[in-house]
Amino acid sequence: MFNTLSRMLHTGLLTEPLPVPNEAIPALETLQKDVLGILGRALCIRHVDAGSCNGCELEIQALTNPYYNLEGAGIKFVASPRHADLLLVTGPVSVNMEEALKRTYDAMPDPKLVIALGDCGACGGVFAKSYASRGSVASVIPVNNTIAGCPPSPAAILGCILQTVRSSAVEA
Amino acid sequence: MSTDMMEPQRTRLPANMPSSRLRVDREQWLRTAEDLRESGARLLTLWGTDDRDRDSGFRIAAAYLLTDSVVVVEHLIKETSAPSYPSIAGLFPAALRMQRAVHDLLGISTDEVDTRNWLRHGGWPETVFPLRRDVDGNRQYPIVSEPYPYVEVEGDGVHEISVGPVHAGTIEPGNFRFSVVGEKVLRLEERLGYTHKGIAKLFENFSQEAGHSLAARVSGDSAVAFSWAYCSALEAITGITCPMRAVALRALALEHERLANHMGDLGGLGNDAGFAFGLTHFSRLKEDLLRANSVAFGARYLLDYVIPGGVAVDLTADASRLLLELYDTLESSVTNMRAIYDNHAGLQDRFREAGRLEQNTAEKLGAIGLIGRASGIACDLRVDHPWSPYNSLAVKMIVQTGGDVAARVQVRFDEVVESLRLCRALLAELPIEAIQTPVSIAAANLLGIGLIEGWRGPVMIALETGPDGGIRRCHAHDPSWQNWPLIDYAILGNIVPDFPLINKSFNLSYSGHDG
Ligand code: SF4
Repeated sequence: MFNTLSRMLHTGLLTEPLPVPNEAIPALETLQKDVLGILGRALCIRHVDAGSCNGCELEIQALTNPYYNLEGAGIKFVASPRHADLLLVTGPVSVNMEEALKRTYDAMPDPKLVIALGDCGACGGVFAKSYASRGSVASVIPVNNTIAGCPPSPAAILGCILQTVRSSAVEA
Repeated sequence: MSTDMMEPQRTRLPANMPSSRLRVDREQWLRTAEDLRESGARLLTLWGTDDRDRDSGFRIAAAYLLTDSVVVVEHLIKETSAPSYPSIAGLFPAALRMQRAVHDLLGISTDEVDTRNWLRHGGWPETVFPLRRDVDGNRQYPIVSEPYPYVEVEGDGVHEISVGPVHAGTIEPGNFRFSVVGEKVLRLEERLGYTHKGIAKLFENFSQEAGHSLAARVSGDSAVAFSWAYCSALEAITGITCPMRAVALRALALEHERLANHMGDLGGLGNDAGFAFGLTHFSRLKEDLLRANSVAFGARYLLDYVIPGGVAVDLTADASRLLLELYDTLESSVTNMRAIYDNHAGLQDRFREAGRLEQNTAEKLGAIGLIGRASGIACDLRVDHPWSPYNSLAVKMIVQTGGDVAARVQVRFDEVVESLRLCRALLAELPIEAIQTPVSIAAANLLGIGLIEGWRGPVMIALETGPDGGIRRCHAHDPSWQNWPLIDYAILGNIVPDFPLINKSFNLSYSGHDG
């Protein structure tokens, strides 16, 4: 116990202001305010791996580390599509995952937002279209936004989530 | 069996460690497997090829790891209307799923009773074998949903729980069917293949000089291991020797990959056992390492770092200093965290005895890599078959005999410390020279293999060249193939709520397995 406490004290608080990939992305507090302003509560994200190489998953996981502290910004990952506002899809859509992806999408309440993450999700990446792959996420379900990169950095993912939530608010 | 028993029919095989190929007939295919099993050889991988255009038959091949070398045993199946070969799964149980996969892709069968599809879930017709050369790999088919005949478990009070393919969390897809009484697991049956992307067929569209980028994406968390294995195979075929600086930098990148994954897992395991503090700290340490990767190698994840003939980015003197400082911080933090884990009664209570894989079960089933080492199987290519630069690093074999989650945690802790030692040694002796050498285009029909001990275990690429700098066939193998079936055993008698923890302690690749 003493060890644990002393480790906590020595490490201190690590959360950084939101890394800024471009000028359009404001600080963490603004992000939190935006999320609250738009949704009135936390943003709930459901992630589906539709056939990725697992590289993109690693960067999504990084979002919850103390530097990015996603949950601190009022964004959380949920276990059921029924609780989700936003679907984050990785990978090209493998034919073996097509049905599961469509079902997850259908199970989400309206209005639903979808982000296709990574070069694979955005355009099929190296896997493209084949007997085993449908290519981009957009060829299977409607997509609001895409994030390029292989894999995209946590900062880019965070920036895109924010932008997507914003523009959906403007449209609404 | 040592390789000299096979001397007469054996030919040398280009590879990054002593390797040979042995061509056998149908009867010898099984007999060789028997001899190899007897001698304690391990099955590395098994794959098939459509060689009807060149040799009027299909070819089945298996790679085995011997104490002194690697041998690839090949059998040409001349019967092409209903091609088949004798199953080796009775000797090497891990071959069973590989053989089912070979059937799905090529339509070559065995004499096994279990003929269920493995990679084909109804996404393409049963009569289409996509890896055959006369099949158009780009053609799309509508999905015809096919129920999978899981093995039924009957008995008083037995019920079934099906989980997946989509899981609650940021992990890859797969299906787990538990047969339980109360909370106790009587049987677990896995169904994988959901992320099958047709990688083997795709390789045929890649040039020899670009194939490494697809190899790196077989399993993103093992990108360095796969791209290095690919480049090793190509360089062995073309007879190229990489500059020693590039070789050392590849090893540095591979050890960083091991460190990042081990630290991620150590955090995840703490979290799954109810100790979120562990996740917070290890995810932070992992992030520190990834940021250092950006500075040192030009990217957080090194999917495009190892290239034919060398590496893509040179390491600056400043980056090298930064890395040395980082290693010190990591080492003291990890040592500190280890003391916390070791002394935390709640954690140890969850780790000990959970998901035990006994050594003899692990031996029998062919466990490999980290999972094998946690069940007393001392096998690490960096130690047993050290390729350059590991031949001058004297890597320490890390082994634990417990076979439970606790043992898999300890192996990871010990390997982190050993990796840090290797990283320091590599930087201390880093030669000053070029980081790339040109790689010429190889002639057609040459086979070579590359084997790299990734963080999960031995990753293998078998590359056969095509004409005009193309690829005729490339088989990529992730050690998850051998280790997935072991979870079915490790979970027996445990309770369902412990599955996430046990599964995490294995942390196998779905994508690497599904291809
Ligand atoms: S975009 Fe890159 S990292 Fe992401 S799934 Fe595709 S290949 Fe993997």
